[in-house]
Amino acid sequence: MTIDLTQFHDAFFEESFEALDSMEAALLKLDIGAPDSELINTIFRVAHSIKGGSATFGFSDIASFTHSLETLLDELRSGGMQVTLAISDLLLKSVDVMRAMLRSVQAKQPLDAQRISDLQFDLELIIAQKNAAAAPTYTVMPAAIAHLASSAPAPGAAAPGATAPGATAHRRWEISFRPYRELFARGNDPLRMMRELAELGELDVKADLSAVPGFAELDPQACYLAWTLGLTGDVSEEAIKQVFEWAEGDCDLVVRLLNAPDETPVTVAAVEPALAAEVIADAILSASAPPEEAKADPTVHAAAAAPVLAVVKQDAKADAPLSAIGDSGSIRVSVEKIDELMNTVGELVITQAMLSQLGAAMEGPNAEKLRAGLAQLERNTRELQESVMRVRMLPISFVFSRFPRMVRDLAQRLNKQIDLKLTGEQTELDKTVLEKIGDPLVHLVRNSIDHGIESPEVRVAAGKSPVGTVHLDACHRGGNIAVEVSDDGGGLDKERILAKARARGLVGPNDALTDEQIHDLIFVPGFSTADKTTDLSGRGVGMDVVRRNVKELGGKIELRSESGRGSRFIITLPLTLAIVDGQSVAVGSETYIIPLISIVESMRLKEASISRLSGRNEVFSFRGDYLPIIRLHELFGVEPRARALHEGLVVIAEGDGRRVGLFVDDLLGQQQVVIKSLEVNYGHVEGVSGATILGDGSVALILDVTGIIHAASLRVAA
Amino acid sequence: MSTNAVKQEQAGAGSHQVLTFVLGNETYGVDILRVQEIRGWSAVTKIPHAPAHVLGVLNLRGSIVPIVDLRMRFALERAEYTAITVIIVVSVISAVGRRDFGVVVDGVSDVVDVNTAEVKPAPELGSRAATDYIRGLVSIADRMVVLLDIDRLIASDMTSFSGNLAQEETSVAATAA
Repeated sequence: MTIDLTQFHDAFFEESFEALDSMEAALLKLDIGAPDSELINTIFRVAHSIKGGSATFGFSDIASFTHSLETLLDELRSGGMQVTLAISDLLLKSVDVMRAMLRSVQAKQPLDAQRISDLQFDLELIIAQKNAAAAPTYTVMPAAIAHLASSAPAPGAAAPGATAPGATAHRRWEISFRPYRELFARGNDPLRMMRELAELGELDVKADLSAVPGFAELDPQACYLAWTLGLTGDVSEEAIKQVFEWAEGDCDLVVRLLNAPDETPVTVAAVEPALAAEVIADAILSASAPPEEAKADPTVHAAAAAPVLAVVKQDAKADAPLSAIGDSGSIRVSVEKIDELMNTVGELVITQAMLSQLGAAMEGPNAEKLRAGLAQLERNTRELQESVMRVRMLPISFVFSRFPRMVRDLAQRLNKQIDLKLTGEQTELDKTVLEKIGDPLVHLVRNSIDHGIESPEVRVAAGKSPVGTVHLDACHRGGNIAVEVSDDGGGLDKERILAKARARGLVGPNDALTDEQIHDLIFVPGFSTADKTTDLSGRGVGMDVVRRNVKELGGKIELRSESGRGSRFIITLPLTLAIVDGQSVAVGSETYIIPLISIVESMRLKEASISRLSGRNEVFSFRGDYLPIIRLHELFGVEPRARALHEGLVVIAEGDGRRVGLFVDDLLGQQQVVIKSLEVNYGHVEGVSGATILGDGSVALILDVTGIIHAASLRVAA
Repeated sequence: MSTNAVKQEQAGAGSHQVLTFVLGNETYGVDILRVQEIRGWSAVTKIPHAPAHVLGVLNLRGSIVPIVDLRMRFALERAEYTAITVIIVVSVISAVGRRDFGVVVDGVSDVVDVNTAEVKPAPELGSRAATDYIRGLVSIADRMVVLLDIDRLIASDMTSFSGNLAQEETSVAATAA
C-alpha cells in the first residue's frame, strides 16, 4: 500500500516555517562563548526534524543541506566546537537558506543552487577545519571520539567508578580544557593549572586559537583560548580534576584515558533526559557504523528503509520544538471561518439591540421578565462578541520577533553597537492590523539604526555608552494600541532638515517653524536629509509611506525628538479594523459616525467667533487658530435642521494634519460600531470610509475626515 | 448559483425560470437564479454623490446593499413608496466579483417557465444603449415580458458610481480653469 505523501506537504511546510522561526529566535539568544545547552538543543531539533521531513518527502536538496547543518550543530551540542560569532552568523544564514529552499519547493520553483552549495561548503569547511585540528586524536581513538561526540561534556559530572579499573602504571591522559570567556574574571589562571599538571607527570600542551577574534573585537578580559593537554604518568583522574577544581563551572573539561583502548569513555556527561534517547540511538548506531556515520541522524537511515515509519518519527520529533517554545495547545482555523463567525455575531448584536428596543416599549404582566431576559441576552451577546474578536487578536510579538535578527544584521553592517529592547510583546491586536504594521515598523527601526544611533566613536565622544539602544514598546492605551520606536541616538537634526526644506523650496527662507512643524517635514514625500543614498535609506521614500500606511489603518504617528538624546516615534492604532469607536452625529434625518480618533473636541459656536473670508468661506477661531467650517449637510446634500451656525454644533476633527470644524445638527452619543464595507456591493464614496448597522437595524455611514477635507477643498476651489 | 445559471444558459436547455415583476404598465423578468430574496420596502440611508436612481443603502442581514429604483432608472413616472412596494435583491456578476443589489419595483407577479426558443431579440430602436440591458422579449399568457440582463443593467450603473465624483471633479476643474 502506498500513501500519498503530498497530503502532508502543507503541514510539513507550515511546521517547518514555524520551527525555523523558533530556531532563529534561539540562535539570536545564543551567547557567544557560553551557549545555553537547551537553546542548542532547540536549534538542533529543528534542523533534525526538517531534515527528517524533507528526506521523507523526497526533498533531497533540503535534506542534504540540513544534514551538513546538523553535523555542525551536533559538534556544538557535544561541545566539540565552541559557538563563535562566525558560526552563529553561518547558522543564521543557514536559516535564511532553509527558508528560501522550503519556499521554492513549496512554490515548485527551482532552488538557488549556487547560494545553497556555497553555504553548504562553508558549513562543511568549518567542520573539516575542526576535524583537521583534532585529527591526531581521531586516529588514535576513533571509537571513543564517536562516543564523545554524542555526549555533552559537563565538568564535574563524571559518573562514579568510571575511572578505568585495570589501568597500567603509566597512563596517558588527554585533557580537553575549554574555558568559558569569563574564566579570568573568576580569578583563574590557566598557567598555574598547567604548572600544577606538569608536576604530576609529563605534560604536552596544544593551544586552540580558533576562537580568537580579530584584533578589533578582542576583549582583553575574555579568554578565547582552549587547550588540549596530554599528560603521561601515574596519575589518577581525581588528581587531575583537583587541579581544575577552581575552574569548575567556568569551563568544559573532558578527561580521558588514552591507552586503554577497550575502555568506555571515562567521563560520561550528565545528559538531560530529553537528549538521552538520541544519545542512546547514536550510541547504538555508532556500535555498528563507522564513526563519521555515527553522527549522522538515525532518521535518515530509517527514512531510506521505511518512509512511513519515518513519518511517525518525524511527527513525534516535530512536537518537541513546538513544546519547547511554549506552545500551549492550539488549533489552526482559517481566517474565513472566523470572519464568518464575526459576521454572524454582528447580526446577533443587531437583533439583540432590536429586541431590547421592543422590550423597553413592552407592557403587561410578563414585560418585566422579558426585560430581565433581554438584559441577560445583551450581556451574553456582548461577551460572545468580545470573545470572537479576541480570536482574531494575536500578540504583537509576531511582528517584534523579526527585529532581533534585523537589528543584529544591520548593526554589523553599519559597524554600530546596538542593544534592542523589546517590551509589551504580549500586547494583542487584530490580525489584519498586525499584518499591516510590520513594514512601517521595519522602516522606523531601520531609520533609528541608520540615522538615529551614532557610531560608537561619536557616542563615546558625546559621553554616551558606545552601545546604542533601540526600544520597541507596545501597550494598550484606551481603545487603541500604542507602538513606540525610540532610540537614544542623536535625535533629529533640525537645522539640517530646515536647510534641506529651504533648499527644496518647501519652506520660505524667512519662515520660522515650530519644532513640531520641522518634525512634520520628514513625512513629506521624497524628503531626505541623507547626503548619500545607501541601500538602507536616503532615497526619501519611507517616512511618507510609513505615515500613509498608519493612516490607512486609521491610526496616527507622532514624533518626539530631542537633540543629542534620541527620538521617539509613537504610532497609535485601533485595536482592530473591524470595530471603531465612533461619535454619532445627526445631520437632518441622517445619522453619521465620526471616528473618535479623528475628533479633537466638539463645541457650540458663538456668533462672535465666526468670520467669513471673502464673504463665503466660513472660519471660526479655535485656540488662537482659524479653522474652516465644513457644513456636512451641504457636502452630503442633506436637508438640515439647523442652518445658522450657532444653532448646531461643530465637531473639530483632524485629518491629514489639518483641523476643520464639521458643522452638524446634534451629537447623539458615542458607541463602538462594527465597520462594514460599502465597496463590496457599491463603490467608494468620497468622505465615507464605510458603513455600520445601528441598533434599530438601519445603516449609518462612517465618515472619513481626511476625505471630507479633500472633498471640501475641491468645492471651495470651485 | 451563478455558475448554475451560466451552465443552464450555455446548455440552451429548453426552458429556464424567470421571476416577473410589474413596473408601471410593463412586465419585466429576471432569471430566478439571480434572485436572492424579496422583501418589503424600508427606509434607506442616503449615499452622498450617488446617481439619482440609487436611493441609498439597506442592511441586508449584515451586509450593506445599495438600492436602485428601477422606475427612475427607466425614466418612468415616479411612484410613492408604500408598504406594498417591493425590493427584489439580486446578485450580479461584475468584473470585480459578485455584488448584491436591491431593485425597487411596483410588485412581484409570478415565477414562469420561459422557453428559450421563444425569446425574441429586442428590436433595434436606434439608440443601442437603451436596449443594451434587454436580453429579449417573450410573450407569456398574451403579455409581453421584457427579460432583463441585470449584469449589464447594473454594470452600466457601476461605472457611473465610481466615475460619478471624478466627473464632478473634472467638471469643477474645468469651470475653475
